[in-house]
Amino acid sequence: MAGKEYVCVMRLHSQIPQNKVEEILDEFQGPLYQRPPVRSSVKRRLRIRTIYYNKFMEMDERNVLFKVGCEAGTYIRKLCYDIGEALGCGAHMQELRRTRAGPFIEDESLVTLHDISYLFSQWQETKDESMLRKFVYPMEKALQLMPKINVRDSAVDAICHGAHLTAPGVLSLDSGIKIDDTVAVFTQKGEAITIAKAAVSSEKMLKMDHGFVAKTKRVLMPRGMYPKMWRSSQ
Amino acid sequence: MQKINKPWEIKRSLVVKAEEETNPRFGHRPEERPIKEHMRFGIINLDKPAGPSSHEVTAWLKRILSLESAGHGGTLEA
Repeated sequence: MAGKEYVCVMRLHSQIPQNKVEEILDEFQGPLYQRPPVRSSVKRRLRIRTIYYNKFMEMDERNVLFKVGCEAGTYIRKLCYDIGEALGCGAHMQELRRTRAGPFIEDESLVTLHDISYLFSQWQETKDESMLRKFVYPMEKALQLMPKINVRDSAVDAICHGAHLTAPGVLSLDSGIKIDDTVAVFTQKGEAITIAKAAVSSEKMLKMDHGFVAKTKRVLMPRGMYPKMWRSSQ
Repeated sequence: MQKINKPWEIKRSLVVKAEEETNPRFGHRPEERPIKEHMRFGIINLDKPAGPSSHEVTAWLKRILSLESAGHGGTLEA
């Protein structure tokens, strides 16, 4: 799942010198044990989540502003609480904003509801779609960070109907795919067909001439975009 | 402190197994999709205001853009 970045205001329960805060933030990088909080949407069992980085930004009395890059499923409220425990004074999360979710970042593509409403009405008035295309990404954007497999035209519609991907359909693929990795399957034109689970590694996929290479998990392309090329019993 | 690889910085390299041309009669490159399809299968990077839930904002967007369906990529469950 997608990596996240947040900018967070943590409120300390007593005043602590800045160098101490920075030191503890540095310590809270790498794999951490976390038990999901009482009010959470997942099973409350101890799990490991990796903090890629904590970046101290500024401090104003008891408020600490910092950035955190972390694995999906990390609870920042918990992180703040634990940092507070490590500092000895206690702390809680005061404010939070997500600044990255996988390939999506706070850049020129970020739009507000007002922007979208305006862009849409402009398009309806002028029929000029260029602005809309500038701010609405094709769905493939969401798959940008996944390892990918590109397939033949003849394999596309079968996958759209839920078939698993077999070796002869594969044209090219990213190296480094391991068994059970989540992969994205594309047409030669770069259209997303499905999200799948690799049944074999990249090395094996390259050498295989028959058999399943990836199990279809979530089909994205509607049926019938490409011709049906498989034989059926009727 | 050792540097931890961020998942969004992983570099991948494509290896080719077989060559084939794609038939231009079927499908479109994602950036050339007809606008209706583009909107139906589009994704926006929305700066959601604090307050209304992701679920509510999704419903508003669905109405603003007169879409049949809309979804969001996850709530901010701190």
